[in-house]
Amino acid sequence: MKSSASRLSLWLLLTPFLLWIVLLVLVPHIQMLRVSFQVRESWDTLAWGLEQYQNFFTESYYWRTFVRTGVMSLFTTFLTLLVAFPIAWYIAKMARGRSKGILFLACLIPFWASELVRTYGWMILLRESGLFSSWLQALGWADGPVEMLYNDVAVIVGLVYNGLLFMVVPLVTTLDGMDENLVEAGYDLGGGHATVLREVVVPWAMPGIVSGCIVVFMLTLGSYLTPVLMGGKDSAWFTEQIFTQFITRFNWEQGAALGVLLLVLSSMMVWLGLKLSGQSLRKVMG
Amino acid sequence: MATQSDLSCDGLVRRFGAHTAVNNISLDVPAGTFFSILGPSGCGKTTLLRLLAGFDKPNQGDIYIRGERMNDVPPNHRPVNMVFQHLALFPTMSVGDNIGYGLKRRKVPAAERRMLTAEVLEQVGLPGLENRNPMELSGGQRQRVALARCLVLKPTLLLLDEPLGALDLKLREQMKVELKHLQKQFGTTFVYITHDQSEAMVMSDQVAVMKDGRFDQVAPPEELYREPATPFVAGFVGDNNRLGGEVVSLADNLAQIRLDSGELVRGRVASNELQPGSRAELYIRPESLVFADSLPHNGYSVMQASVKTTLFDGANSRVEAECSGSPIYARLPQDGSAPTLTPDSSINLAWDPKLARVFGAGQS
Repeated sequence: MKSSASRLSLWLLLTPFLLWIVLLVLVPHIQMLRVSFQVRESWDTLAWGLEQYQNFFTESYYWRTFVRTGVMSLFTTFLTLLVAFPIAWYIAKMARGRSKGILFLACLIPFWASELVRTYGWMILLRESGLFSSWLQALGWADGPVEMLYNDVAVIVGLVYNGLLFMVVPLVTTLDGMDENLVEAGYDLGGGHATVLREVVVPWAMPGIVSGCIVVFMLTLGSYLTPVLMGGKDSAWFTEQIFTQFITRFNWEQGAALGVLLLVLSSMMVWLGLKLSGQSLRKVMG
Repeated sequence: MATQSDLSCDGLVRRFGAHTAVNNISLDVPAGTFFSILGPSGCGKTTLLRLLAGFDKPNQGDIYIRGERMNDVPPNHRPVNMVFQHLALFPTMSVGDNIGYGLKRRKVPAAERRMLTAEVLEQVGLPGLENRNPMELSGGQRQRVALARCLVLKPTLLLLDEPLGALDLKLREQMKVELKHLQKQFGTTFVYITHDQSEAMVMSDQVAVMKDGRFDQVAPPEELYREPATPFVAGFVGDNNRLGGEVVSLADNLAQIRLDSGELVRGRVASNELQPGSRAELYIRPESLVFADSLPHNGYSVMQASVKTTLFDGANSRVEAECSGSPIYARLPQDGSAPTLTPDSSINLAWDPKLARVFGAGQS
């Protein structure tokens, strides 16, 4: 009686999680995988085939964008880490009491607005008639309006901004748990700043670094609004192509194939990252 | 500066806002000695140690190591290493890498590094543990790795910040003795801070008793115990009974005191501000008290007390008695010479006046 009651409560607790996994993760992905292998012969007949995947490799535009997106995401992740590390260090090790909470909150505040609003914020600053452009002119450093939007730099700036919080949080968590004496011991035994950072701090923070990088990389790779709004004609993001296939061209089969490829890419990069840094998923997430 | 001392400080002051953590401290540690700084928590001993290590800078005063001024030398360039309270072994490195870390910074080639690491591990009694992670070791083993990590660099001065605090009692007793042996074996000058008077007494050649940022007394352990310079030292180092009273007369370096219970007793004058009629405190150690069944012999002072209870603790057994409201402890010898004591019975406690010390009351 008791065991059946506890089993029931276990199932009740598990149900939301299972519904989430099955309905929102497993089913759509399996369906997408299935669709991606279907080739439309005419308006009402379908056959199995690899045509969509062949398209990806033969159309250079597809795989170039794919590689570009991957490389830019990696670069963005790295840049986010560089920006986030000092911030996290300050919050975890230098700030005390109230200021610690306030700084954390300051990192969180931008996320009260949607990604769309945040991106428009950047556009206000960077566009031709924007704030930075008019300042440059007022200071006499530019003769005419300067367009800082619609290029790769703008996209990366926007993406770094979007990813920052997700890098700062795990870093603060791991750095918080580090004994200050470890750093002092690093100096005491003869290490300089660079040595202590490389030999003591970074190895300690590695789980946080890796988990932050995984999250930021996946977010960046799968982001849509920022590259579309802030990027130029030459800075196409792979998610835009998936969108085009599904919505503009109504070619679900091709869109599904591209989606599957993106999933494979991100999974492979995460796996590679874990292997290279010698971390396990359990250690990083747990 | 004298060249024979490894460390000498001159008028060190460190303030934090209005609080002076280290207040005009001067000290001199001869080469190859074990120097302890003993004090209750919050007395500024950790701050002093951090000044020596270079993690903090004094507001005033100078630090010399082997005659060289260290004030502006960063911690990584001082010939000083520190064993931290919680050891601070690098958890991401093996034992060998922990020990090799400092050698690597000095650009010692890998082969020599391995040799020196193996050698120092052998010296601290942990041969062949290079590839273990420090987190897999026991508390005592970690302690030794932390020591080895510093000693392998052959520092002029080794600073130890209560490293035995985290160990359990038995291991602590064992490590105390071992630390002293290691210090002799390596010949390195140790500066050890602790709040545990037994640690300081057992290991040190010299002990400085610190209170509120100042040294009350710097002396070898025995002198500290037998001739405390201040009431604080008398109360802090070893057990002591404190009896309040009024000075009646002073003669031959002995003070006669009328205790609050009315008895006339005597003790050695330990401060020069005693005057007939002034308040005074007499300190007498539990082991200096003897049980006098009849009248005292050859000039001993006697007081009466009523037995409250006996505390059996092997060689440390004591009797707790009461004298006009204040507790008084006396050692209970376990060789059969002690009388049988029943609660509420009255006893006479006697002492040689030379073994008691009298300080002016209110003097700190």
